Amino acid sequence: MADTPQAWRPVATPAILRQRAHLLHQVRNFFWQRGVMEVETPQLLPGVAPELHQDPIACQCGFLSTSPETAMKRLLAAGCGPVYQICRSFRAGEQGVLHNPEFTILEWYQPGWSYRDLMIEVESLLWTVLECAGWLARGGKRTRAECWHYREAFRHFAGVDPFTDSVALLRAACQGKSTAGVRSERQIDPLPEGLDRQDLLDLLLLQQVEPGLKKRSGPVFLLDFPPEAAAMARIDPGPPAVAQRFELYMEGVELANGYQELTDPVEQQHRLLHTNQQRQQTGKQPLPIDERFLHALAHGLPTCAGVAVGLDRLIMLALGANQIQEVMAFPWDPL
Amino acid sequence: MLTHNQLRQGSRVEIDGAPWIIVAADFVKPGKGQAFTKIKIKNLIDGRVIERTFKSSETVAKADVVDSEMQYLYSDGEFWHFMDPNSCEQVALTDIQVGDALQWLKEQSNYQVTLWKNKAIAVVAPQFVTLTITQCEPGVKGDTVSGANKPAVLETGATVKVPLFVNEGERIRVDTRTGEYVERAK
Repeated sequence: MADTPQAWRPVATPAILRQRAHLLHQVRNFFWQRGVMEVETPQLLPGVAPELHQDPIACQCGFLSTSPETAMKRLLAAGCGPVYQICRSFRAGEQGVLHNPEFTILEWYQPGWSYRDLMIEVESLLWTVLECAGWLARGGKRTRAECWHYREAFRHFAGVDPFTDSVALLRAACQGKSTAGVRSERQIDPLPEGLDRQDLLDLLLLQQVEPGLKKRSGPVFLLDFPPEAAAMARIDPGPPAVAQRFELYMEGVELANGYQELTDPVEQQHRLLHTNQQRQQTGKQPLPIDERFLHALAHGLPTCAGVAVGLDRLIMLALGANQIQEVMAFPWDPL
Repeated sequence: MLTHNQLRQGSRVEIDGAPWIIVAADFVKPGKGQAFTKIKIKNLIDGRVIERTFKSSETVAKADVVDSEMQYLYSDGEFWHFMDPNSCEQVALTDIQVGDALQWLKEQSNYQVTLWKNKAIAVVAPQFVTLTITQCEPGVKGDTVSGANKPAVLETGATVKVPLFVNEGERIRVDTRTGEYVERAK
């Protein structure tokens, strides 16, 4: 990329940065009032919790953290009680209007809570930030969050059953040929090569469900994901089995991802090893697993709910910006 | 080959055996899910615009295109003829291929001609061109600040808005990306 003499300037204006600082202060105040302790954990890690679709940035002695999840769970196992952290996280190759390879994450855990309890408090946090930013004064309306089960949302917006429909049906829906009568102009034809079941669901989520959620006037929770998309969430055996996981959307933008945290060390180890196998099968490097995290689970992670919030996105929405780079001083911009 | 995060606006790619230019690229990804890049691409031969979606692990071939500085010679009404000043080789393009550059074509001036597999397929005008005004209302002396403007026809046939103080017969610099007047040429 050619640099210009003007490229030293911050992208976010001083006025935006002042508003950002004010909102960060409000977030910290929210937790202070609730007795949730602010903690700091390393961003440079020797081992990680591998994810299939998140690639850490490797450096000489380890990896830059993609999320402070495993370190914070070690704090929970040590008896720290409710904790939160505001820190930088890093994900290789993620760059777009809603992505920057380095971003600010808010990670929050509540021992003794269910994921449903946490959803209520996440909504309070959302309104605290939006109100503070003058979102209501600019004509936004405060409405209670809608809850859409993953299954319901896919049936309604994409015309498929994400739990039972065949891969062929999911492919047809991506190509705009749903059999359930849901007409879509958002067809993708031809489809990218080699999409598996979960890839197809991700594509339908992006192409059909998220635009549907965008039309809802207020916040929306998407919850109870297919077990294959459990990541670190506890699976309710059902039937049907569902991952006790939620995501918060506002104006169609994914703002938060929360779990009833998996506390079983055997199941957790199995999932991490399985993820590394999947990484290898798809041509990616397996990653060294954070063994201390597994040892912490073996010692005993209290029943808890946890959530990660994309703070840049939340600030972007609160300030009426259109892309997260507008609320960052220096978004990633290679020379 | 280009990886998904090298798919940027302005990159030229080969898809379905044809050359395309990316006019918009959008990275999308559910937090825990598969990443995709959606691109809007314009066919460099017939101007058709379509959308394509790629998975993050896919690669896309770079288009085998070369940009070459060529002199515009003349038009016979059907084809627009250009010459490579080094080899004196000539190429001919249709009005569709010349595209938006058409209104800035002046004989003996240089333009960037895109060659795909050694065939000329597109023309891009330099970002700034200097052209003579052939027709406009008489200038208003001293009015250099009011911001008011008037239409002026240039020697290539293009019409641009110019400030009131500019006169017929004067040479002006124009930004070809926006079609806007920049300044009087010295």
